[in-house]
This record gives sequence, C-alpha cells and structure tokens, in this order.
Amino acid sequence: MFANLDLQQLILGRFTFEQIPYQEPILQGTFAGVAVVGLAVIGVITYYRFWGPMWRDWITSIDHKKIGIMYCIFAAVMLLRGFADAILMRSQQAVAFGSEQGFLPPHHYDQIFTAHGMIMIFFVAMPFVTGMMNFAVPLQIGARDVAFPFLNNFSFWMTVAGGMLVMVSLFVGEFSRATWLAYPPLSEASMSPGVGVDYYIWALQIAGIGTLLSGINLIATIVKMRAPGMTMMKLPIFVWSSLCTNILIVAAFPILTAVLAMLSLDRYVGTHFFTNDLGGNAMLYFNLIWIWGHPEVYILILPAFGVFSEITSTFCGKRLFGYTSMVYALVVITILAYLVWLHHFFTMGSGADVNSFFGITTMIISIPTGAKIFNWMFTMYRGRIRFEVPMLWVVAFIVTFVIGGMTGVLLAVPPADFVLHNSLFLIAHFHNVIIGGVLFGMFAGVTFWFPKAFGFKLDEFWGKVALVFWVTGFYVAFMPLYVLGLMGVTRRMQHFDDPSLQIWFVIAAIGAALIACGIASQIVMFVVSIRNRDKLRDLTGDPWGGRTLEWSTSSPPPDYNFAFTPVVHDSDAWWDMKNRGFARPMQGYKPIHMPKNTATGAILAGLNFAFGIAMIWYVWWLAALSFLAIFVVAIAHTFNYKRDYYIPADTVSRTEGQRTRELEMA
Amino acid sequence: MSADAHHLTGHGQDTHDSHAHSGGGHGTVQSYMTGFVLSVILTVIPFWLVMGNVLDNSLVTTLVILALGGVQMVVHVVYFLHMSTKSEGGWTFMALIFTITLVVIMLSGSVWVMYHLNHNMMPMDAHDVMNNAR
Amino acid sequence: MMHAETAPPGAAAPVFYQTDEEGHHSEGSTMLGFWLYLMSDCLIFATLFATYGVLGRSYAAGPTPKELFDLPGIAVNTAMLLFSSITYGFAMLEMDRDRVKQTQIWLAVTGLFGAAFVFLEIREFVHLFHEGAPPWRSAFLSSFYTLVSTHGLHVSMGILWLIVLMVQVRKHGLIVENKRRLMCLSMFWHFLDLIWIGVFTVVYLMGVLE
Repeated sequence: MFANLDLQQLILGRFTFEQIPYQEPILQGTFAGVAVVGLAVIGVITYYRFWGPMWRDWITSIDHKKIGIMYCIFAAVMLLRGFADAILMRSQQAVAFGSEQGFLPPHHYDQIFTAHGMIMIFFVAMPFVTGMMNFAVPLQIGARDVAFPFLNNFSFWMTVAGGMLVMVSLFVGEFSRATWLAYPPLSEASMSPGVGVDYYIWALQIAGIGTLLSGINLIATIVKMRAPGMTMMKLPIFVWSSLCTNILIVAAFPILTAVLAMLSLDRYVGTHFFTNDLGGNAMLYFNLIWIWGHPEVYILILPAFGVFSEITSTFCGKRLFGYTSMVYALVVITILAYLVWLHHFFTMGSGADVNSFFGITTMIISIPTGAKIFNWMFTMYRGRIRFEVPMLWVVAFIVTFVIGGMTGVLLAVPPADFVLHNSLFLIAHFHNVIIGGVLFGMFAGVTFWFPKAFGFKLDEFWGKVALVFWVTGFYVAFMPLYVLGLMGVTRRMQHFDDPSLQIWFVIAAIGAALIACGIASQIVMFVVSIRNRDKLRDLTGDPWGGRTLEWSTSSPPPDYNFAFTPVVHDSDAWWDMKNRGFARPMQGYKPIHMPKNTATGAILAGLNFAFGIAMIWYVWWLAALSFLAIFVVAIAHTFNYKRDYYIPADTVSRTEGQRTRELEMA
Repeated sequence: MSADAHHLTGHGQDTHDSHAHSGGGHGTVQSYMTGFVLSVILTVIPFWLVMGNVLDNSLVTTLVILALGGVQMVVHVVYFLHMSTKSEGGWTFMALIFTITLVVIMLSGSVWVMYHLNHNMMPMDAHDVMNNAR
Repeated sequence: MMHAETAPPGAAAPVFYQTDEEGHHSEGSTMLGFWLYLMSDCLIFATLFATYGVLGRSYAAGPTPKELFDLPGIAVNTAMLLFSSITYGFAMLEMDRDRVKQTQIWLAVTGLFGAAFVFLEIREFVHLFHEGAPPWRSAFLSSFYTLVSTHGLHVSMGILWLIVLMVQVRKHGLIVENKRRLMCLSMFWHFLDLIWIGVFTVVYLMGVLE
C-alpha cells in the first residue's frame, strides 16, 4: 500500500486523478466544446489530407510570413479563450449581489481573472504584435527573411508551448489565483501550495524565451538587412516602432525572467526573496516586476502606433505628418518607459519624494504620446481620406485612446492615485488603452495586411459590423467601470453587498455581450471573405494604393519576397517608385539564396513543454529527461552546417512570369 | 549615375563577407597582455585594500574598490571584448550605452525606492536591530 | 562594392532594383545578435545585483558575510577566471593564424581554468552549507547564492559550449562557421569575466568590509 503510493509519486509526481476537475459543470462544458472543435479540426485536416503540407509548409517553416501568420492565428485563438474568461467575470459580477452568490465560487473566480489578465497580455497582445512585426517588417525593409530564420521558428513554438501550458491548466489541476503578476506573498508556496502558480511561472518562462529571441532577431533584421538606400530616417514608421518595441523587449524581458526565477526558487528551493519571514521582502517583487511591467505596456502599444501611422498615411494619400517628430517621440518613449515604474505602486508607501519623481516622469511620458496623436490628425487634415475599414479603426482608436490617455494622466497624480488605486477606475483605464489602442491597432493591421498575406481583401460589410459592435461594446462595457471606480468599488471582487451598484454591472455585462457580437461578426467576416475570395481577389499586390515596399510585390508574396532587392531613394519608397515610373525587371533572374526548413524548433519547444509539465507536477524523472533532451537536440542542431539552399533561377523566372500575367489581368 | 548607385549602397544593407569582423580585430598579443596586466593590477589593489585593512574608513574603501571595479570593467570591454565606437556600425556601442543606462537606472532606482519603502513600511524587528548592532 | 542595376526607361529615372547582388547572409548579423543577447543577459545579472543590493543586509539573525567569506579563496577563484580570459585570447590569436592545433590547446587550457573556477565555487558552497549557511537560511543568503551560482551556471554552460566547439573544430577545421562560433563564445567568456568583477567587488569585498 505504502510502496504503491511511493511508486505513484515517483512516476506521476504530485499528480493524482482527483486533480482533474470532473465535477465542475462549466469545465465539463468547456472540455466538451474544446474536444468537439478539436476533433472537427483534426477531421477537416485529415479529410483534406493537410497533415503533410501542414508539417512541411507551416510547422517546420522558417518563412517569416508564415510564422507571422501563425502568430496571429495563435493570438486569435487565445483571444477567444481570454474573452470567454471576460464574459464569465462580467456575468458573475452582474448577478452576484446580496444573498445571490452567482455561479462562480471565489476559488474559481480568482483563477479566471488571473488567467484572463495573463492570457490577454502574454498570449493575445504579445503574439499579435510579434506576428504583425514578423510579417510586415522584412517586407517593408525589402529583405527576404529575418536575420535568424531558425530562431524565428523556435521563438514561435516556444510561445505556443507556453500558451499550451496555460490551456492544460484548465483541465488538469488548477490555474494561479494570485493575480496576473503573481504578487507575493500570495504567490508563495505557503499561501498558494497548489500547481496554479507553477503553471503560471513555467508558461511565462517558456514563452519568455521565445519573446526575447524574437526581439533580438527583429532588431538584427532591422539594423542589418535594410534595402540599399534605406537610411534610418527613411524607414517606414512601422519599422521604427518595431525597432523600439524590440529594443524594449530585449531590455525588459530578462528582468521578468530573473524575477520569476527568484519566485520559483522561493517555491521550489525554499529561499527567502519575497517571503514574509527570514528577511524576505515582497515589496521588492513589486519593484522589480514593474521595472519589466511598464516597458511591457509600451511593447504592446508602440507597434499599434506604427500600424496606425501606416494606415493613416495610406488612406489619406499623404505622407505622414511630422515623420521626424514621430521617430523622436518613439525613441523618447523607449527611454522614458524605464523611468516610470513606481506609478504602479504609489500607495505602497515610498513617500512623497519618490512618488513625486515618478508622478512627474509619468506625466512627461504623455507628451510624446500626445505629439503622435496630433501627427495623425494633421496627416488626416486636408487629406483625401478614404474611410475603409482600416481607417475606421484608426478613427475609433484616436477617440478612444485619448480618453484612456487622459484617465491615465489622472492616475499619474499620486494623491489621486491613492483614491483610485486598485479600483475599477484603473481597470477601465487600462482596458481603455489596451482595447482602444493595442487591440484596435491589431484589428486595423489584420484588415490592412490580410490582402498582402492571402491575396484577397476581407469582406467590408462584416468588417464594419464588427467595428460598430466592438466600439459600442467597449464603451458600454467600460464606461460604467469608471463610474464604479470613482465610487470606490475595488477590483477582483467575486461578490458585492450593495445592491445599488448592480445596475452598473448589468450595463457592463451588456457591453461585454456587444463585444461578443463583435467577435462573432469577425468570425463571420473571415468565413464570408474566404467563401467570396474570388470576388475579393487582388491581383495587383497593391489593393490600397500603398506607400511602402511590401505593396510592391505580389499578394501573397513569393517565398523570396523580392526577385530583385529594391533600391530606396525616399521614405514611402513604393509611392516614390510609382510616382517616378519604375519598371519591374522581367529578366536576368538569379538563383536566390534561402534558408532551409527545419523541425528542430518545434521539437525543442515540445521538449520544453514536457519539461514545464514535469516541473509543475514534480515529475522529476521527466524533468531530468526532457532537460537533457533539450540539450542533446540543441547541440545536435549545431552540427548541421547545411542550412540553406538556392531557389533556382528558372523557378524565380516562372513565379515572376505568373506575376506578370496577373498584373496584366488586373 | 554610378556615383548615385555607389552612394546608395553605402547605406543600409551591410554586405559582410567573413572577414568583415576581423577588421575590427581580436587584438594582438600585445593588447591582450596589456589588458591582462591592467586587470591583474586592478584586481590585486582592491583585494589588498580589503584584506590588509589599509584604509581606516570603510566608506572610502568601498568607494575606491567600486571605482576600481568600474575601471576594470572598462579595461575588459576595451581589451578583451574589443569594443569600440565603430564596431558593427556603432550599433553594439549604442546597445552597450543603452544597457549601461538601464543598469544604472535599475540598480540606483531599486535601491532608492526600496530604501524608502523599507524605511516607511517595515519597522525593523528586534532580531534585525540586534543583528545590525553587532 | 558595385552593383549592376537595371535602368528603367527614361534616362532620368533612378535605379529601383538591384539586379546583381549578394544575398542577405545571416552571417553578417550573428555578432550583433549575440551582442544583443549578452546585453539582455547583463540585465538578468543587473536584476540579481539589484536584489542583492536590497536584500544583502537582511541576515535574519543568521550568519553575516564577514563570518562566511574566505577572501584568499575568492582571490584564487578570481585568478582562475582571469587566466582563462587571457588563454581564450591566445586561442583567438591562434585562430586568426588558422592554426588548428594551437587553437585547440589554448581552448583546452581555457576550459580547464573554467572548470577549476567552477570546482572552487562548488567547494565554497559545500563549505558554506557545513557552516550552517544554506540559501534558505536568510534573504541575504538567498540572494547571494542566486547571484553567484547564476554566474557559475553561465561558466559551466560556457565550458559545455567550449567542448562542443572543440569537437566541431576537430571535425571541420577552422571554417568560417566555426570561427564565427568561437568569436561568439569569446564574447560570452569575456563577458562572464566582466560580471565576475562585479561579483567579487560588490558581494565579497564589500561584504567583508562592512
């Protein structure tokens, strides 16, 4: 009996079959849903014999365009998960008043808000942003791939491995209840002994490696692989914003890695970094994690700024107003992002001197951001604005983001923050900037670059329907939270006693339902667009009258992006080429040097996933084994020196000939 | 025409061949030895200062060894890492400066913030008081 | 470097495409990319230093640096790392002269110095454990062990990498790829030496001082 127990512990660690939450109806339903959808997907792939192509052309692909697309698909799937959490919270808060306890017990509710925050930031916003940069940056600078194509594939699969760990926690064990940043001492082993926080830690550590490497990759790409003539001040503004974002990633994520490593040492080894006893100091965790956390905010928003800039100038048919000031604003934000972190914990008690310093730096950082808003408005001023779907997202963004920014300046005033801290006002503020800024930016970007990625536009009608639902839904959902926050209602509550508050929560829930309609319209938009793809087809490769180099090649672009490397004379290079009567070279193609696909990235990420699971459940043999395997596979990969090949000249010639015919047809 | 083209290729794309880096060089025997001797000196002095209790004032000693440590880091960067303002078109140098800025912000900021937080929020308990006293 | 370009019709129009070009080689980016990685690693150490700076006096009535640290031992350790730096430098100089055997010898010497460093560090830790100063004794010891052993772990990884590279040099000689890898490891190795300057100054010397 006793020996039996030991054996089970040896093999399964602390996993027992009671850890699978059979008895929870919500999870049963979710599991059934996931199982049905999963089986359907597997069925479809098998039916269309897509397994082989999927492995060859996607999973092992090191093509930056495909990796970018996969990032965006991953982000969209995780958005559904994160939004499901949001709907649960909004409905729970709309009903749980007085004697009514609602349908989510605190134990479950706490997991949901933790998962919602963490998923939305790390597995929706981050992959969306990274995917968009991956897809567009090499095209915009006239390059054929990123600087380190294999690392790019590896980064993507590490991000997915992290996301999968979070998803597994839904059905095996539990997720963290210690908020999206896992604040100690709550996240310490003494307070959260279960697997929840460990899921959180390992998901972030594994995905974090991917994020860091893709950051290094994109910086090297932008610095080293620009087309001839493209000086720094001729870079498309999206590339500039990507550069700043990736600098922030490389300079911020190591801090997160180190802090989480210390938290895991506390949990696994019993050290005393952030514990309450033996000299540990939980406040240090807040301090360190926000040194990462504030730059993270700009990591998310800067690429969105870049997308908005590109769209504004394209759809106004004008050069971006104040390009130079835009660049300087980006650079200033990049540096100032490291000087404001304490405004996330004004109330912790660092005193008036410290608080004033960080309050002032926070207000200063709103200046470059404001300058950007004016730049977009002056670009629109006297432009021939075409209000197509991407441009409509820009308008929705400008209005929404300004409101969010102003509430942010309110929160930057330390005395005001003492009233509003930890209240729903704060929740409303950051959703205002993240939904209104980042998410709208990503939706605009998807609509904008979709024709480039797939060769046909998205359906305009459903795009507009989605936009209307999203924008109204956002306002209905979050404006009540400002009101509640000003009344002093705190965040993270599973139940309220005061029935007079209920009406506001009901309105907010209606808003969430409207957003759900928005998401549904987006799904319909994709289905309708794919079905009508022949009608929506774009043969020119330049459906919007674009200005930057990605629109100079075909849609979708060939594997090698550009048969001949473009030469740049002006910012808005493609616009310049069109205006000055460029001629597309039709012969003299050369073999093109390209990197080879490899499965190593996916295999390594799989092993990391296994390692994560093993560490979470204390399955030490598997941890040791997978750790060893990671090293063996990685080292074996370095023994492969033949990582590239040449696309023969006649293949290039054939592809370009096809393009010539399409251009004639268009 | 050709001047134009030449001008263009000067920017942006760096077409490196394998020897592009050795231009920046890994130094010579002489430069390595210079770096080595300097770091030996810069290592020995602080150890001597601390182990020999040379200066009475421990604050002064602290400042001196910190300064010597800083100098030694610069020596390593110059003689062993062969960092110059020109390597990789100045990008590595810029990255270094940016990193140093962030390290300074982080170290000084954390110590400053945490000092005030501890001062205001964590009155020391008896154990720590005793401990500090001895 | 000259490129042939297609002249579009209309002589005044400038050149928009390179028709004769070198492909984009990732080789050109490796050193920059690796440098960026080192900078990110530097920030990991900075975080650990900041932690040590904040928690380094939280003894929780446990042992203090003055009671624990053995400066002569640390001096020997430092010497190991300094020697390994200069021997790696010699390996690089031999590599420049394309002398495989000498390069390998100097790499092996570097690895041995590195191994000696790791060995001495482990011995120090064992000694500390016997003194009743394990990492879970106090916040000071937690931050001390984490900072120092993170550095030690990096050195160990460097040794593993060095062994792999020696095998690869033996197999393929000093080809371009291997030279590039040796240069990356060189940067890594000297970078670790640089971090160690911070460790012995801030942790050991200043710890014993106060």
